[in-house]
Amino acid sequence: MTSQRGNWPLWEVFLRSRNGMHHQHVGSLHAVDAEMALENARDVYTRRGEGVSIWAVPSVAIVASDPADKESLFTPALDKIYRHPTFYEIPDGVANI
Amino acid sequence: MYSQALDEHDDGLREAANSRFEERVAAEEKIEPNDWMPDAYRKTLIRQISQHAHSEIIGMQPEGNWLTRAPSLRRKAILLAKVQDEAGHGLYLYAAAETLGISREELVDQLLSGTAKYSSIFNYPTLTWADIGAIGWLVDGAAIMNQIPLGRCSYGPYARAMVRICKEESFHQRQGFDIMVALANGTPQQKATAQDAFNRWWWPSLMMFGPHDTDSLHSEQSMRWRIKRFSNDELRQRFVDVTVPQAEFLGLRVPDEELRYDEPTGHYVFGEPDWDEFEAVLRGQGPCNAQRMAHRRRAHDDGAWVREAAEAHAAKRNSSAA
Repeated sequence: MTSQRGNWPLWEVFLRSRNGMHHQHVGSLHAVDAEMALENARDVYTRRGEGVSIWAVPSVAIVASDPADKESLFTPALDKIYRHPTFYEIPDGVANI
Repeated sequence: MYSQALDEHDDGLREAANSRFEERVAAEEKIEPNDWMPDAYRKTLIRQISQHAHSEIIGMQPEGNWLTRAPSLRRKAILLAKVQDEAGHGLYLYAAAETLGISREELVDQLLSGTAKYSSIFNYPTLTWADIGAIGWLVDGAAIMNQIPLGRCSYGPYARAMVRICKEESFHQRQGFDIMVALANGTPQQKATAQDAFNRWWWPSLMMFGPHDTDSLHSEQSMRWRIKRFSNDELRQRFVDVTVPQAEFLGLRVPDEELRYDEPTGHYVFGEPDWDEFEAVLRGQGPCNAQRMAHRRRAHDDGAWVREAAEAHAAKRNSSAA
């Protein structure tokens, strides 16, 4: 990451809330380099013990889907209710399924 | 991407790191990709996670065999969704294995060259539609039994992948049982196919839990490292205990003359799987080993043009953007 004066790159911050959990996005911040991004993330996002681990990722490295494509991307999954276990009726008297 | 910042040649440092590692694992802390870990732990996990991934990928074949011949559009859509899930599970697991420093290419090579193993169960044929029911009910049922404890395993990326997979497996098992219920309540011929499929899948399903604890090669260390939570025999017993009442509900006879319920212990006593058969299938001498491998190699080769086209397309876009 290179930065010009007054135009520090943006970083996305991810926190692992507890041992063993996924990192989750919590927000973003500006920093001149990776080291400062971690330091700033610690100060900005973990003042109340929100995390046990930080990931800082340059925002330019994030590839995002366009919200306008929401329908074509995600609605095909909605009518496939048979992908959920609750779709299947388990007869009375059958346990552990 | 993931590295171990430690001088691997300094014995003192290594010993200190190792005892710190053992303490962390014993305290139920998760080990993450950047953390120091013993080479044997890394190797064990790469072996186990990649075998698991390969099993998901090869496992698509016996089920895919019935996609074009599912008895209704409903059953076909469901089976297609299930086979898609198996591919997804394979990908979650390959990605988890890659966090340990092995490349996707190496993993795929190990499968295609036959140096890596996959679950013995997928070397049995799916002869009738009832086999799809039996696989969902028994094979996925056994897989869930094995995998739920893996959701708590000490390696973070594997544990998290397993939590996701187990949620999806629940649909797999239920759709299998649903098929069995339909057949068991059907014509005498349908009942007979259900019994026949059950007869053929019962013993291989018990073998899925691996050899007896006394013969299990990696068990003790894996237990200490919290990769494994329960022994092979414990999980096998649990599977028998929950599955036999389900078979009774379906009106199916368990193909085991020695099976009986033991009142004092509350467990079923059951016969011995044919371990010679298990060993033979692992050695590559099962009914479908050659077919499964040939198919996977052919699919990989047939897909080469897609990989090449994707790279060519990306290169072209990059050069026109520059």
